Amino acid sequence: MANRSDASDQITCTIDGQEVTVPRGTTILDAAEQMGIGIVHYCYHPALSAPAMCRMCLVHMEGAPKLVPACVSPVADGAVIQTDAPLAEEARTGVLEFYLVNHPLDCPVCDAAGECKLQDYVYQEGRKHGRSVEPKRVLGQDDFGADVLYDGDRCIMCTRCVRYMREIAEDDRLCVVQRGNRSVIDTFFGEGLDGSPFASNIIDICPVGALLSKDFLHKARAWDLDRTPSICPNCSQGCNITLDTRDNLVQRLKPRHNPEVNSYWMCDYGRYRYEWINRGTAPYPYGMPAPAGLEADEGDGSALPPAALPDRATISELRLESPMMRRDGVPVPVGWQEAILGLLERLRAVSGGIQVIGSPHHGNEDNGLLKRVQEVVGGDDAVYRAARAAAEVVLPGFQKLARRRDLAANTRGLDALGFRRVGDDSAAGGLAPPASALIVLGDPLADLPAKAMADAELVVYMGAVISPTLEKADFLLPLTSFAEQEGTFTNFEGRVQRFWPALNPPPMARPAWQVLGVILAGLQDGVAPASAGDAFLRLAELYDPFSGLSYPVLGTLGSMLNEPVRLRAGEEG
Amino acid sequence: MAYPYTHEREVRVMSRGFGDPASRTVEGWRKLGGYAALEKALEMAPEDVVEEVKASGLRGRGGAGFPAGVKWSFMPRDKQGPHYMLVNADESEPGAFKDRELIRWTPHQVIEGALIAAHAIRAQDVYVYIRGEFFEPALILGRAIEEAYQKGLAGSNILGTGTDIDVTIHLGAGAYICGEETALMNSLEGRRGQPRVKPPFPAASGLFAAPTTINNVETVCSVPHIVTNGGAWYRQWGPEKSPGTKLFNMSGHVVRRGNFELPLGFPMDELIFDVCGGIRNGRKLKAVIPGGSSVPILTADEIQGLACDYESVAEAGSMLGTASMIVMDDQTNMVTQVRRMVEFYAHESCGQCTPCREGTGWLVSILRRIEAGQGTLEDVDTLLGVAKNVTGTTICVLSDSSAAPIVSWINKFPDDIDRLVGGRRAGAGTAAAGTAAAEA
Ligand SMILES: Cc1cc2nc3c(=O)[nH]c(=O)nc-3n(C[C@H](O)[C@H](O)[C@H](O)COP(=O)(O)O)c2cc1C
Ligand code: SF4
Ligand code: SF4
Ligand code: SF4
Ligand code: FES
Repeated sequence: MANRSDASDQITCTIDGQEVTVPRGTTILDAAEQMGIGIVHYCYHPALSAPAMCRMCLVHMEGAPKLVPACVSPVADGAVIQTDAPLAEEARTGVLEFYLVNHPLDCPVCDAAGECKLQDYVYQEGRKHGRSVEPKRVLGQDDFGADVLYDGDRCIMCTRCVRYMREIAEDDRLCVVQRGNRSVIDTFFGEGLDGSPFASNIIDICPVGALLSKDFLHKARAWDLDRTPSICPNCSQGCNITLDTRDNLVQRLKPRHNPEVNSYWMCDYGRYRYEWINRGTAPYPYGMPAPAGLEADEGDGSALPPAALPDRATISELRLESPMMRRDGVPVPVGWQEAILGLLERLRAVSGGIQVIGSPHHGNEDNGLLKRVQEVVGGDDAVYRAARAAAEVVLPGFQKLARRRDLAANTRGLDALGFRRVGDDSAAGGLAPPASALIVLGDPLADLPAKAMADAELVVYMGAVISPTLEKADFLLPLTSFAEQEGTFTNFEGRVQRFWPALNPPPMARPAWQVLGVILAGLQDGVAPASAGDAFLRLAELYDPFSGLSYPVLGTLGSMLNEPVRLRAGEEG
Repeated sequence: MAYPYTHEREVRVMSRGFGDPASRTVEGWRKLGGYAALEKALEMAPEDVVEEVKASGLRGRGGAGFPAGVKWSFMPRDKQGPHYMLVNADESEPGAFKDRELIRWTPHQVIEGALIAAHAIRAQDVYVYIRGEFFEPALILGRAIEEAYQKGLAGSNILGTGTDIDVTIHLGAGAYICGEETALMNSLEGRRGQPRVKPPFPAASGLFAAPTTINNVETVCSVPHIVTNGGAWYRQWGPEKSPGTKLFNMSGHVVRRGNFELPLGFPMDELIFDVCGGIRNGRKLKAVIPGGSSVPILTADEIQGLACDYESVAEAGSMLGTASMIVMDDQTNMVTQVRRMVEFYAHESCGQCTPCREGTGWLVSILRRIEAGQGTLEDVDTLLGVAKNVTGTTICVLSDSSAAPIVSWINKFPDDIDRLVGGRRAGAGTAAAGTAAAEA
């Protein structure tokens, strides 16, 4: 924050007739941005060095001999800047015309169409008709390796990708080859981007459709996607993302800016592990065959092709779609009311307390109310299991961001709620066949045989996916996944962040907090929460690390737990 | 000894040793009075050297004509880290061939001037950045540097004065853009040779982000003579604002081509018709490009009585630049000449700036069509429109350079346009059109 008392640090200038006071050294582009005046730009990116080479942001500054690039020119005290001066507008229109001299304008088959800055700016400031009648230069496409495809003809040569790889990934694998209008972006001697764990961010920062995701290629038009703010579920870093969905399926993950967590970036490991979200179930190794190559990947965290998972047609077969209750040894579908009333009856009769198994793929609300049920009914064995990779993978140019060892979003939330971690690094083992009553959230216990449940007094399985082990549970309760409900995850450092529903759940599926809230009400423990926000307030009352927090407090950037989370020995910070 | 041809009106200061291989050695160069200036300069305080050069009014010979002494005075006085002295020997502008000759014939003149400049700006290192194709000059200069080291004229404790200055050659890869001072620095640092955004200027942050001065070979070669004889002596030639002598590199349709060292302010018509012996084959003069391919073309009429100094040529609507004159007779196919020049810029554009990267190539395409007889009057308007949009919008002036020949040609030679596209632009060939073009 600028120090208001120190006047010399502040300067006042006029942009498009309005005065603005900003810290000394602020660029024209940033100052204008603060006033809501958007200056068009390509090469400038707030996280990268500014070469001022695209010449898109030219504006008029009184007294300057030429138009100045707004992205690198600091505002001076008393400066008068006009972004809409006729000369500046003419120059920018001219620059845009130049971009189209060799641009293929193949928008109908370009994945960037609809979210393309060339389309946007030409529409905003371009000429109605370009004057060039010359044949266009044709360069073709180049497979850059990893998930990146380069379309040289669409490239506007802003070098954002080159600078990202150099300055943020610190993995200098791209460069400009040749010069003039023969310039292309290329990799070195076919080395490509394979194995560079944060490479796909270049696809996001490419202002046009020159860098394409092979995974997303021709999958959806930008305007057909719904973009829901969310949190990456694939490790405990908690990168802010959007879930881009169409036809009720996640089509891709995109990073969302959060300066405290992930800046503009995310890792390829997380980015391409989204198919499991479409199945409503937790990722490997929760009852799924490990996607080929994942084991090898965990060590170095290198980029992998998107995990191969069963095709989407089988989704409905895997999904738990209706509450089930065991009658005469056979699970039968029942309504929610019947299931809850039946379950309450059994819980009231529990003799030796209950064991609960939480899920690091479920939010704080879900796990917190599960813990509360245990506290009300009795019992003290609250555990969870989570997969861990062999090593962290840090983004060198933004070291707050690393693909963390914990390959689930909410391990720290479970720690804060008092769950105990058990099992090995593949989220298996560590559980004895239950003797008392057991409520399982999310974990299909795939490594246990079905007969392991034989001695339990009561077995309740709440989950999104059918579990062979728990087929014969006394109660099977269909849940929504994190992508189908509102909630919060607590990341590795104790930052609690919100996510929002992006997909429609199966009609009978419910968020765990809702089911557990009703059960708690039935057990005379408070009023059933009406919303995820209510459920979170409940946590804030019940669990010290969450006290004082609420959805409004979390806002869009999240907020730290109010007490430091216990770190387990040998854990990454 | 006559180097290929010498005219009696020449004033041979820098070109004294031209044509004589002996002047490539320390001994030969000393015979011509060489290294006396270095001895004198090293005895002087750096500020005093700067003052003397300031007093001489010497202007940079690399094209822009910025006063050398003033440039030197921008260097920090209290040296906190390394300072660098760069000699720009990338000479690649079509029409220019003076630096090459200075290096080939008088390599010690370059070394001596550079050492004096380095002393004046408190640099401990001189880098001579030589155009990649200048292989022979680089060899000659390399040998001369070696000899200078052996004789205690370079390296540590120069001439026993306790001054240490190293001189290093860097051979470029033949990119014109590496002659632009900041691109040259990038290239020296091992980066892509592309110009940097200014500010910061080299005196604040140049090579390796240290204070740096860069001068053209010819600028540097003028320095020893100024130090030996004094600034006032240098002012005996040329007008007030353009003092001294300058190499004029004459090419094209004149009888005698080559380098001629003349006082600035020399009349251009006398240069062409007397010194160079007039136009070949008894033809008539059509046009002159006075300062290398990047400046506006002048017509035969415009050069009448025109003095060859920075101010006068600028007043006439062009630039003296490097004084690399391309003379064209009345049989010249101007569209071909213009297309070739623009093609050069399109080929040499580093490609950072969109207007330059795309605009220069586009201009070439249009010119090619016009040249092939497929142009229209509309194309001529497009040429001017594009030329306008590549001017003043980019990081360096290569882009502007590509527009200069086109705009001046279209406005000054309406008959050409007439013949090529069968039409005349409204108001073409009038003074008004010329002014509009100059403003564009
Ligand atoms: C595209 C471009 C090419 C240039 N090429 C050269 C060159 O080859 N040699 C040179 O001395 N200056 C060249 N210059 C000028 C230099 O940038 C710089 O102004 C000059 O070296 C300064 O020296 P001076 O002050 O002694 O003239 C070029 C400038 C531009 C914009
Ligand atoms: S990059 Fe943009 S302008 Fe180019 S084809 Fe794609 S959508 Fe169209
Ligand atoms: S590929 Fe995209 S990001 Fe890279 S230079 Fe081209 S337009 Fe810019
Ligand atoms: S004007 Fe041309 S040569 Fe100069 S920096 Fe820009 S693109 Fe490169
Ligand atoms: S954004 Fe300013 S020049 Fe590219």
